[in-house]
This record gives sequence, C-alpha cells and structure tokens, in this order.
Amino acid sequence: MAMSTTMDQVVKRAKDSFGQMFDKSLHDLVRGIRNHKDNEAKYINEAIDEIKQELKQDNISMKANAVNKLTYLQMLGYDISWSAFNIIEVMSSNKFTFKRIGYLAASQCFHEGTDVLMLTTNMIRKDLSSSSMYESAVAMSGLSCFINADLARDLANDIMTLMTSTKPYIRKRAVLLLYKVFLNNPDALKPAFPRLKEKLEDPDPGVQAAAVNVICELARRNPKNYLALAPIFFRLMTTSTNNWVLIKIIKLFGALTPLEPRLGKKLIEPLTNLIHSTSAMSLLYECINTVVAVLVSISSGLPNHNASIQLCVQKLRILIEDSDQNLKYLGLLAMSKILQTHPKSVQAHNDLIMQCLDDKDESIRLRALDLLSGMVSKKNLMDIVRKLMIHMDKSEGSHYRDELLSKIIEICSQSDYQHITNFEWYISILVELTRLEGTKHGNLIARQMLDVAVRVESIRPFACNQMAILLANAHVFIIGSSSTTVAEVLYAAAWICGEFCSYLKEPQKTLESILNTKIILFPGHIQSVYYQNILKIITYLIQSSDNDEILAKQLVAMTIDKMSIFLSSGDVEAQERASITLHILKTVLKLIEKSEFNVNELSALFDGVLNPVAAKAQRKVAIPNGLDLDAWINDPPSESEDESVTTDSRHDNSGFFYGKHEENYSSNSYSNETSNYQQPRNYVEPTTDELEKQRESRKQSENMNPFYLKDSKKTKLTQKHETSIDHSNGNESMPSTPGKGAIPANLQISLSDQLYRQSKIDEENRRLKKKSKSDGGSSKKGKKSSKKSDIAAIDENEDDIYPTVQVTRGGELPEGVTESGHEDNDDDIGSRKNKKYDPHRALNIDFNEKPIQATYTPPPSQLKEPSKKLVETPPVS
Amino acid sequence: MIKAILVFNNSAKPRLIKFFEHYPEEIQQQIVRETYQLVSKRSENVCNFLEGGSIIGGNDYRLIYRHYATLYFIFCVDSSESELGILDLIQVFVETLDKCFENVCELDLIFHIDKVHYILQEICLGGMVLETNLNEIVSRFDEQSKLEKQEAGISAAPTKAMTALKEMNLPQKLKDMKLSDLNLNLRF
Repeated sequence: MAMSTTMDQVVKRAKDSFGQMFDKSLHDLVRGIRNHKDNEAKYINEAIDEIKQELKQDNISMKANAVNKLTYLQMLGYDISWSAFNIIEVMSSNKFTFKRIGYLAASQCFHEGTDVLMLTTNMIRKDLSSSSMYESAVAMSGLSCFINADLARDLANDIMTLMTSTKPYIRKRAVLLLYKVFLNNPDALKPAFPRLKEKLEDPDPGVQAAAVNVICELARRNPKNYLALAPIFFRLMTTSTNNWVLIKIIKLFGALTPLEPRLGKKLIEPLTNLIHSTSAMSLLYECINTVVAVLVSISSGLPNHNASIQLCVQKLRILIEDSDQNLKYLGLLAMSKILQTHPKSVQAHNDLIMQCLDDKDESIRLRALDLLSGMVSKKNLMDIVRKLMIHMDKSEGSHYRDELLSKIIEICSQSDYQHITNFEWYISILVELTRLEGTKHGNLIARQMLDVAVRVESIRPFACNQMAILLANAHVFIIGSSSTTVAEVLYAAAWICGEFCSYLKEPQKTLESILNTKIILFPGHIQSVYYQNILKIITYLIQSSDNDEILAKQLVAMTIDKMSIFLSSGDVEAQERASITLHILKTVLKLIEKSEFNVNELSALFDGVLNPVAAKAQRKVAIPNGLDLDAWINDPPSESEDESVTTDSRHDNSGFFYGKHEENYSSNSYSNETSNYQQPRNYVEPTTDELEKQRESRKQSENMNPFYLKDSKKTKLTQKHETSIDHSNGNESMPSTPGKGAIPANLQISLSDQLYRQSKIDEENRRLKKKSKSDGGSSKKGKKSSKKSDIAAIDENEDDIYPTVQVTRGGELPEGVTESGHEDNDDDIGSRKNKKYDPHRALNIDFNEKPIQATYTPPPSQLKEPSKKLVETPPVS
Repeated sequence: MIKAILVFNNSAKPRLIKFFEHYPEEIQQQIVRETYQLVSKRSENVCNFLEGGSIIGGNDYRLIYRHYATLYFIFCVDSSESELGILDLIQVFVETLDKCFENVCELDLIFHIDKVHYILQEICLGGMVLETNLNEIVSRFDEQSKLEKQEAGISAAPTKAMTALKEMNLPQKLKDMKLSDLNLNLRF
C-alpha cells in the first residue's frame, strides 16, 4: 500500500506533518509585523501569500491557524473577504476550537451581502442545536453579526426553539438574537412576539434583562404598538433590582408617555421615589430624564407638577456641581431638556451655568453655551453677554471664540431682538466684536449691523456714528484680511453711513475719511458699497447746505479728485461703479458751473425707504393673471448664451456679493431674513409725499414713546463716547503702532460697559419708580399697579420696567398674504432644529410600514411553521 | 444599541475593532483614525462623552470612552443606552481582561486578539448587552478555554506541535517527524 504512493503524495503528506512547524502562528505573525516596522506592508503581503498556501492544505488545524491570522490582518485594514469559503470550512469543523476561530472570522468579515452565506444555513442550524451549549453560543454570537434576510427567515424557528432551552445561557442569547432576526425579517415579529413577552417574566434575571432590552429596542422605534405592555413593565419597574433592567424600562417609559398621558401620571410617583432612594447615578439620571419627558407630555392637570420639576432641577444641580466631569456633562444635557418647557426653573440656576463656562472641558463649555441661549431674558441679557465678552477675551482657541461670538449674536438676535432693551448697547457690542482677532464671522457681524440699523429706526443716529468711527479706522481692517473676514463689517458700515447719512454728526468728515481710505485694497463687494454710498453722502451734503454753490462745488471737485484713483480697482463691478459715480459727479460739477444744477435731480437717485422683506415674500408673490412663468419670453437661446443669462440672474443672490464667504452663514438661521437686503431696492417706491408722511408719523411715535432717547440726552451721550473714542483713535493712527496687535483692546469696551452701567442704573430707577407708584396706591395714573398690589406680582411682571424699543419684526409681504402659511417649509431650518431633540420621532417613520401588532396573539400552530414565502424585506437600521 | 467597540493605543494602532454593523475595511480604519483624532486631543479629567457627529450614525450616536494607561476603550452607542451604564460596562470589560490575562497590559491584547474577542462575546451580542457580571463572564470564558485544552489533549499533534515549536521542545518535534520519516523510508 505504501509502495503505491506516488512521489507527489509523499511530499504532500510530509508537508502536512512538517508544515505546521514551519508555519507561523498568530503569535509569530504579530511578532513579525512588529519586527518589520519599516516595511510592514511588504511583510504582511508575504504573510498573506503564505496564508493562501496554508489554506490550500487539507489539514483543518492549519486552515484554522490561517483563518485566525486573517482575522488579525482584518483588524489592520486588510480585506479578507476572498477567504470566505475557507472561513466556512473552518466554521464547519467538529472541533470547538476551530469552530470558534471560524465563527469569529465570519463575524468580523461577513455581512449580509456575502454570497457564500447561503451555503451556511444548514451548518448554522446544526451548530445552533448542538448539544454543547458553548458551540450553540458561538454560533449565535457569529450569526448576530452576519445574519441576513435569508438566514433570518430560515433560522427563525430554530432560534425560537432555543428560547425554550433549559439553560439560561442559551435562552438569553436566543432572545437577543431574535431582535436581529426581526430587523432582517420583519415577518418573524408577529409569531414570535407572545414568546418574547413570556420572557419578560423568565425566572432568570439575565433572560429577563435580554427580553426587556429587545422590547425596548423595538418600542423605541414604534412605541404605540407596545403600549399594551405598560402594566408588565410597570410591575417590573417597581419590583426589579437590576439597574440595567430598570434603566431600560425607564427609558422605554420615556418613549411611551407622550402617547399615553395617563401612564405619565402613574409614573411620577414611583419615579420620584426612585430619585429619592437610588444611589446609582446612572439610574438617577435616567429617572430624571423620564420625569422630564412625562412632565413635557402632561403639561397640565398634575397637582404636584412644580414639585417634580423642582426636584429634578435640584438633583441636576447636584450633578452639575459634582467634581465628576461626566455627571456635570449629563446634568447640563438634561437641563437643556427641561429648559425647553420650563425655562423659569432653569433660569434660577443661571449662576451655576455661568460657572460652567469657565470649565476646562470644552464639551462642558459648549453644553453650557447651548443652555444660555434658552435662558436669556430682558433682565439678564446684558449680564450674560457681558460675561461672554469677558470670557471671550480670556479664552484660547479661535474655534471656541468664534463659537462664543456666534452665540452672542444668536442670543441677542433671537426672536427678532426680543430680549434687547438697549440697542445702543447692542451696537457697541457688535462694534467690539469686530476687534476679535482672526474671527471667521465678519459676515455675521456685518449682517447684524445692517439688520439692526434697518429694523430699529431709533438706533440709526447712534449706529451711524458708530459706523462712521469704523470707517474712519478702516485701515486697521486691511491688515491680515486674508485670515479673517472681519473686514466685512465695512460693508455694513459704509452702507449704513450712506443710507442714513442724515444722522451723521459730521457727514463731511465721514466723507473725507472714506475718500482717504485705500478702498481698492478691499474685496470687490465692499468697494462697490463704498462708491455707491459716497454719492449718497454727497447728495445729502449738498441738499442740506441750502444750495450753497461754493460749498457744493468744492465738495464735488474734491471728491472727483480723490475718486480717480479708484478707477484702477481690480474688481469689475467695483470699477464700473466707481466710474459711474465719477461721471455723475463730473456732470454735477458741470451743471453747477452753469448754475443749472438742481439737487433734487441727484437725490432722486436715492429716493425711497428700505423696508425689511419677509423671508418668504418672494415665493408668495401672486402670479398675475395671464402670466405664464414657464413660457419663453423670447425663443430659447443657444446653450452658451443660456449660461450668461443665469449668471446675470444671480444678482439677488447674496452669494454674488459675498463670493466665497457665502458658506460662512449658510449655517445660521437668520441668513434667510437678512438676504433680503440684497434685493433690488426699487421693490418699494413711495413718492416724496409718502416719505414725508412716514417721517412725520415716525417723529410722532418717537415723541409718544416715553423711552425713546430724546435728542438732548442722545447727543450728550454720544458726544461723551466720541471724545473717548477720538482720543484712542489718535493712538491708533500713530505710525509707531501698526499691525493687528496695535488695536487697543479696550478701545470700545468702555463704551458697552458704560452703556451697560447706564442701563442698569436706569433699570433700578424705573424699578424704584414703579414700586413707589404701586406703594402710593392707584390714585395716580398707575393703571397696571392698581391691579397688582402684592409684591410677588410685581416681581413677575418685571418686564414692564424695560423700555420697549420699536423693532420692525418679520417683514413685508405681498398684499393679501399672511405669514402663517407653511405650505413649503423645506428650508425652515428653525423648526427642524427643534425637532432634532426627539430621535424617536425621526425613527418612527421608517418603521411605520412594519406590521407590528403588540396585542396580536397568533394560534400556537403558527409558531412551528416556517414561513416559506420569499419576502423582500428592506434592511432596517 | 452598541454600534461599535474600538480599542486602540496612544498612537492610533488598533488593538480591537468590533463593528456590529458592516463597514468595509477602509471605512473601519478611517473611523478608527477619526475617533483617535477626537479622543486623543482631549486631556485627562474631562468628561468621557463625545458627540460622534459624522463619524458613525449621526446625531443619535455618541462616543463613550475610557483611557487606561496606553489604551483607549471606545464604545459607540445610540441614545437607547445609558451613558453612565456604558461607562460601567467598559470598566467591567477591562476588569474581565485583567482577570483573564492576570494583570492585563497592551501586549496581551496584541498577541491574544482572539481571546479578547471571545471575552467580548460573553459581554455583548449583536450590539446588545448580554452579561455585566464579572464573575459570570470570567467563569464562562474559563470553561471554554478548558474545552479547547481538552480538544488539544485528545488529538492534537498539530496544535501541540505549534506550541512545542514555540517553546523549542525538540523531543516533541522529533516524535512528530518519525512517522513521516518512516513513510519516506518505505518508499525508497
């Protein structure tokens, strides 16, 4: 017999026996890789070639060894799917050792798309029902990773059978694996559900926990189908001592209560008991979360409602005050949930959240920042912003500072500046923000300045003069403009000074400082605004000079002289505008010399009032009868022409003006509103009469408004600032202090601080006044105080002690259209933002089509019958 | 649900990668690198939670990690898991490793990645928590190791030979060689 063996066979057999010794074990492979740090890839490729040879051998232990090495290489990023068939060979070994290696490799590299999986069904079935519980468990662990629709369909019943095993070790695995079966084969859920429900009351706590886990996963995605299980869960919650189970159940209740308010009412008591009694922070935290969810869902009709919220907030405060950063973080996270419905309770802990802004951990600081925006009120806005400003000075890292900056603007501008009582202060804050080194939010600041100046009429005089100061110091923005976008504020400054130039204290000086700036060093869109507004200011100067021809002539001549260098601008549009402006001025000069000049002809260029336009106005314009938007006006042009047309039409797109900076604000929620400023201004064209009327009515309303800052006071205030600013300006323009570092950091901080102090004093005065009024009884005209005589009521109504500043909210809409329409809110970022806190809502949609019926009990025979039909099921994640 | 469990060292070398959802290898490596970027720049004494963001899964997911000596243990979980619970679970996992390897260090993970996987298989299944009791996990793992040893004892020259070679056990080596030598002799 031995004689008949050929040479080849002998060599092969010899290799089989010897081979093992010369092959690398996993240990050797790892060591080899570590010893070949310089050419690791080469070494590994050689190793893979060896592995391929090993896999060709008949020796199963050699194959298993090879597969084990492949599993390691997979971790290093090597694709080992080519060995799928060999892996299956190893999985099918009778030895537990090899089987385990095979299943491990399969769990790491197989996925639902692996085609050899269809060969495994019977093998896995055999392994699942193995008499050795460890073999069965290994098969289940592997299967949980690579199960696909076919396996889920074919093996569902085998797994169901395992759920009745006498060994809890098997039962709990089978229960968890069942969830994967459901995901891959939704049809299995209905017949399996009764048995799964039974497992909630399994004698073994591990199996029970597994069943709770699975049902919680299912219910999280489709809670209403599991409401019927609430009584069982309620019982478990009051009896179980396993914190893992309790946490899962409590989380589940958080998902169920929105659907069934009565459940919420029942839950409050046991949950509060747990909050009082538990020493496990994880459980405490989940209880608080669920209580919050309950209270959100039953906002009314609960007697001890406030007490529960207070309890939660108190406990959270303890978490936030803890030295453990994790508890602090979670405490803040839960606070933000309470904030959405009970802002008052959170506001009481203002101090604590402010402290968190100083935390060394950035995630905690960002969480605290998130909370702040929800906590501001008229009363504390200035304090909060002041703290943030101080904080910004101290903080390092431009990312975090930019985050702070956008947060300041966000909290100030939210709900149309609802919380701002003093716009002078806000403008000065914005001006101070421009001094933030290297900020990326120049656009944001610029847009805010424009928005405030347009929406708040009463602020225009102050804003104009602040902007004039910015323009006078424009040279500081030229330096380092590549790393920061802060020069964008000049866009706003130039426009505000031009548009509202009648409020400028020294328009001529402003004009001169504009003309003396090296405008052509700015980006094109800023230049354009400059040139346009030079003309506006000149027009105003001539108009207000009572036709003083000498002055007009002198002015125009001076401007022409200075403007000629702007013609060399590199930006096409800017150059064009400079040229037009120059020519208009030349014509004016000619006319003045002929004494034929009429200033009204010039001012007609800038007639009209600019009003904010509502975000959706453009979309809501009714299409006039007989206009077919789809019809061609002219015959369709050729392709190339078409392109040029589209570029032209981008005129009202802010991207055109802001060029590459556009992406900077696409993320902020008010980009929608503000983009309206770019719309053509001939949108509204009132006549001079109308203008006059509007001006008249505005003046009247100003006079009627007791809080409107009257002229006398205003000039005094601004003059005072101006002197201080002028003083520092002197420093700034000194040639010895060039560069970014030269900007005196405290240049304007004193201004916002002054305004801050001033308004604190005003506030105190008003409070005292109001108090004395209410003390004095209702004899005087104190209409409000007569109603509320007790102090508590006054405290609650503190809001009336703040001045109300007229803010034009929303914007103009076409006639006959209301803002309420939400027919198309694809770009309604705001509403989407609010929804993101509830992940279940988003997930629920996907699962709606799943035929899950919690209360359905199928006939027992159906359990045993494998469903044979081929159902294509979408993978569910 | 746990979506992924990653262990890597202070220089981003992966020591364990377990995804409960399929990702191609290159994406897995990318996730490891990005996670390392996020985690490694955090100082000690900051909180152990990170919003995962774009890495895996999106908004609902977060990274919960612990840093032990040279290793980072990272669990990527969705909102159905309790953050503090998972932190405890990481602790359980590490303590189990410590017990099974007797004073675990990075080298144990490097050379016995298969064992680490087997331990993990006792702790969770398909991304769901299976067992949190340290003693139960350890005893189940030990029983299976015993099973392996029995198998090796019954038949297993090959495996024995392997270990033998490693230990340079020459007599064993010769014993194995004899059989084939005999065959060869017969042939010639």
